[in-house]
Amino acid sequence: MTDPLGGAGRLPAVFMSPGTSSFAEFLSQSAPHLLPGARTGLPAPVTEVAHGTTIVAVTFPGGVIMAGDRRATQGHMIAQRDVEKVHHADDYSCVGYAGTAGVGAELIRLFQVELEHYEKIEGATLSLDAKANRLAAMVKGNLPMALQGLAVVPLFAGYDEESGLGRIFSYDIAAAKSEERTYESIGSGSVFAKGSLKKRFRADLSQDDAVRIAIEALYDAADDDSATGGPDLIRKLYPIVAVVTADGYRRLADDEVGPVVTALIADRSTSAGG
Amino acid sequence: MTMPFGYASPEQQVRDKSEYARKGIARGRSVVVITYADGILFVAENPSATLHKISEIYDRIAFAAVGKYNEFENLRTAGIRLTDSRGYMYDRRDVTSRALANAYAQTLGAIFTESVKPYEVEIVVAEVGRSSDDDQIYRLTFDGSIADERGFVAIGGASDQVTTSLKEHHRDGQSLAEALRVAVRALTVSVPPGMPQNGERVLTAANLEVGMLDRTRARRQFKRIAASTLADLLAETAAS
Repeated sequence: MTDPLGGAGRLPAVFMSPGTSSFAEFLSQSAPHLLPGARTGLPAPVTEVAHGTTIVAVTFPGGVIMAGDRRATQGHMIAQRDVEKVHHADDYSCVGYAGTAGVGAELIRLFQVELEHYEKIEGATLSLDAKANRLAAMVKGNLPMALQGLAVVPLFAGYDEESGLGRIFSYDIAAAKSEERTYESIGSGSVFAKGSLKKRFRADLSQDDAVRIAIEALYDAADDDSATGGPDLIRKLYPIVAVVTADGYRRLADDEVGPVVTALIADRSTSAGG
Repeated sequence: MTMPFGYASPEQQVRDKSEYARKGIARGRSVVVITYADGILFVAENPSATLHKISEIYDRIAFAAVGKYNEFENLRTAGIRLTDSRGYMYDRRDVTSRALANAYAQTLGAIFTESVKPYEVEIVVAEVGRSSDDDQIYRLTFDGSIADERGFVAIGGASDQVTTSLKEHHRDGQSLAEALRVAVRALTVSVPPGMPQNGERVLTAANLEVGMLDRTRARRQFKRIAASTLADLLAETAAS
């Protein structure tokens, strides 16, 4: 087999053909086996693989927060305690996933390259809606695998430079995209996280308040869903929190998240209901 | 294949193609790639604000070109596709300028021998290292020849004159402002065809395109200098 990437010799014709600025599109022509959905039919549905659990996103005036717990489960077991499910997508957006960890990580990696590739070739960034649509196309590519047990759904959030607003997009496994103007959560603990956010969300949240209610929603999800991990104070493993505003993407450092978690636990310790 | 009417020996064909490509490149304005303490600076004489001659390729790699726009744009796109594919397949750290320069050399060489018309381009692929000792600059010509340059390189129309000026003023470990001054002075020396041979040329932010690979930046180390910032930087450079 020849090296699809032209390991030696002249670059294959596909590299030189003008046309697409999409990396996924290019890869589907040059090396389709590298695409996330490219696994051939599985003999039996897969169940015993790692799953990522709960992600939340909250908008506030001028930006958006995304936070994810750190647990990956495999059946009833904890597969990993320090998994990172919220990632930088580009300078003005972030992306997280819930579902099959292997597929989710690959999907996010492809999405990151997709955005950067377009930016380099075109010398301009995609609009936030276009980014959300590209992600939908990638989710759609994974539908055959989702039906065989390897389901994954992303959550996408970013700062829209045109409107100056933080926006959230969620997807189902068939790639139906829906925009949420307030907050959203995906994954096994999302029912509890959304219940928590419903009571705490306000249209005039400050960035710090938004971080606090996002972390609190994850806390509530972990309280009732065994697959969602709560803050691990012993190992100092806190939720991953990303902030996207006009200043760009920023992941909060552990020493910023730590005090919020500690204060939250202190507050909740005084409540009779937990 | 039908024989053309007049027979031309391979030597003659190569000579003709080279002459053709050289003429095409000589019509264009020059580009200077020069090292400074914290990275590599790219300065192109380019009146267009949108049709770029300088481009980001990957985290530590950038590209500069002169010649026919559609041809080097084709190579630039291919380079981004190649490096993004390799980074996706292996890891970001495994993407090197050497592999990219090799792919370009093979491609340009094949086009030169196989096509009736060679590419009328000259390109530079540069990679910024962790320290200035690790900086790499490759110069590639239309026939696939590749050269490893140290410190600085000039390509395009009057590259000989520009190189002479660079040789005289370039200093290892110079600051960004110094490197910019040296590059702009060198470009001013060259006189593009059709311009008066004795007129004093002044290069401003409006006809310069400037970018750099800055090793102090995180991850994507290429940065394009916006026209307004460039005007300030040039004023500062001229004053010092």
